Amino acid sequence: MEQTRLRRFSFLFQIGGVVLAFVFISLILILVGANPLETFRLIWEGAVGSSSRITNVIIVWIPLLLVTSGLLVTFSAGLWNIGIEGQITLGAIVTTGVIRMFQDTAVPPALVIILSIIGGMVGGMVWAALAGLLKTYGGVNEIFGGLGLNFIATALNIGLIFGAWSRAGIASMSGTDPFPEAYWLPTFGSINLSWPSILLAIIGLVIVFFLLQNTHFGLRLKAVGMGLRSAYRLGIPTKKYMMLSFMVCGLYAGLTGALQVVAVYHRLIPSISSGYGYLGLMIAMLINFKAIWIAPIALFFAALNIGGIQLPIVQKLDSSLTGVLQGSLVLFILLMQGVKQRVLGKGGGN
Amino acid sequence: MSGEMILLGLAGVIEAGAPIVLAAIGETLTERAGVINLSLNGLIILSAMMGFSVALQTDSILLGFLAGMAVGAVVSAIVAFASITLKQSQVAVGFILAITCEDLAYFLGNPIMGEQAPIMYATPIPFLREIPVLGTLFFQQSLMTYLSILLIFIAWFWIYKTHPGLMLRGIGEKPAAAFVRGANVTRLRYFYTILGGALVGLAGPLYTLSVKAGWKGTITGLNGIGWIVLAITIFGGWNPFRVAFGAYLFAFLQWLGLVLQSTLTFIPSQVLQVAPFPLMILALLFVNLGNTEWMERLIATLPDKVRTRVIKIIRALRSQPPGALGTPFERE
Repeated sequence: MEQTRLRRFSFLFQIGGVVLAFVFISLILILVGANPLETFRLIWEGAVGSSSRITNVIIVWIPLLLVTSGLLVTFSAGLWNIGIEGQITLGAIVTTGVIRMFQDTAVPPALVIILSIIGGMVGGMVWAALAGLLKTYGGVNEIFGGLGLNFIATALNIGLIFGAWSRAGIASMSGTDPFPEAYWLPTFGSINLSWPSILLAIIGLVIVFFLLQNTHFGLRLKAVGMGLRSAYRLGIPTKKYMMLSFMVCGLYAGLTGALQVVAVYHRLIPSISSGYGYLGLMIAMLINFKAIWIAPIALFFAALNIGGIQLPIVQKLDSSLTGVLQGSLVLFILLMQGVKQRVLGKGGGN
Repeated sequence: MSGEMILLGLAGVIEAGAPIVLAAIGETLTERAGVINLSLNGLIILSAMMGFSVALQTDSILLGFLAGMAVGAVVSAIVAFASITLKQSQVAVGFILAITCEDLAYFLGNPIMGEQAPIMYATPIPFLREIPVLGTLFFQQSLMTYLSILLIFIAWFWIYKTHPGLMLRGIGEKPAAAFVRGANVTRLRYFYTILGGALVGLAGPLYTLSVKAGWKGTITGLNGIGWIVLAITIFGGWNPFRVAFGAYLFAFLQWLGLVLQSTLTFIPSQVLQVAPFPLMILALLFVNLGNTEWMERLIATLPDKVRTRVIKIIRALRSQPPGALGTPFERE
């Protein structure tokens, strides 16, 4: 009885956070002279108004599913993998590199695609391992090591697009030459949505769900995340587990970057990570690091992203509004969680 | 390149370093009190937009800077409230604000993109400007640049030479002990978080009204500065002079990137522009190496004479955070 009442009470606080976020956004919209209800309706319509828009939502959903799944592994170990943006970028770079290496040879395209995706995953993993090494053996906080590696990945990406891999004629922000169609991931007939991507994203999510829920590895990882010293006393090699969690997350990030290249853009572009890594961090916080919520909340965030695209045309509002909406949702829910803990006393209604 | 050109370039480094100095000193004060304000990247962009917008509408540069400070104070107050009063993770709330404030700046700043706001020009100081070399470097700058240099000394004096500064170090190092000695830890942490944030909020308008005049939305070129400021605070070991050195070093590297573009043509210019960012963060590795276990073990194996010398060098380089940085204070 007491338990269910607490849980219901705790749910009210979360709803309160959502309401506050929408009130906040409405106030901002009124401030700039827009009608909030009309704007929300437009975002909704922009996301589900036509079949091609729904397809676009799913195209964004895939990378968000993958990065958030990967991030739950590092979060379990108590690590802030802000370097995930660079890990996505490295995945995309290696994938592009592998395809460029083989695209004029006799190697069958299907094999090249598989090799390139594996290459991308390894690329992301190596980049994550660097952040892990900086953290465990260099004493550099993973947030700053990760940021540094993000900057390096960006420099490398732009350097390649404007340098070694630049388009015949002039290099430009539009990216490298697109690959021949044989090197694109297959889609559902005429719908521009690749089924292997969806499959890989779902497999990835399921693996993380069971890894964290039901395995020895997941439990030990959580022990590391709870507090280094106690885990160390229990005989868990904490550094090794931190490195492993970075590398698993890097695999996911690398896969994300690889899929953006072979399934979405079919080339390397300067902003290949699209900020999905940071968005994944936000989603992970919003769902309080519970894997079961990744799919629905990532879908919601993807819908917001797509729904906001037409705002500049229809309402002359900048589409960064959806970012503000996503951010304030996470912020207000976090604040309400704090309020709840204060009201109910420590540990109340977790 | 002639000597005079180099001198003017270095004066430019002092100017370009000014917003970074202001922000890094602000963050140093906040972190000295034991609070990490991770929101800086978004905070600087939002204050840059707001400062520009207010200056545009009121035609007053002063009001622009005040608006920037107000933005910095409000955003930092949220960080303080969430972490000190609600006991939520400082990193989490800071990161959320870093991302959200950035988007908010682009959203609210959309209508004023490319407008012409007043620009703050240099105010040379009579007589002092005539001094060879030093005059060009330091005394032909804008008022905010003078303020940034002054602030380095004030912050150092405040932290190390005054009684409130002792309290400040106390609440960041051993809050329980400071509390016993009569420091109101909660109130002081609020105060320094908001004060530090207000100083960081000066950096934004300093860019859009002077150093990189104009607001151009996502291509204003301020993305990343906040993260660098956080890295410089660590690099500087929470000591205002070392922090300022880090800020000028970063500005110098950026200038060097521009200068080298014409000679190192085999490197795409886009790479040279972003190179200072990773370089600055890799510098953290050097100041942190002394804190690692394997380094200590390695040093222990060295012969005595070499060891004492190596330890001295590492001690000088090392940067050690305030003991209670990032942890909430609970009265027992």
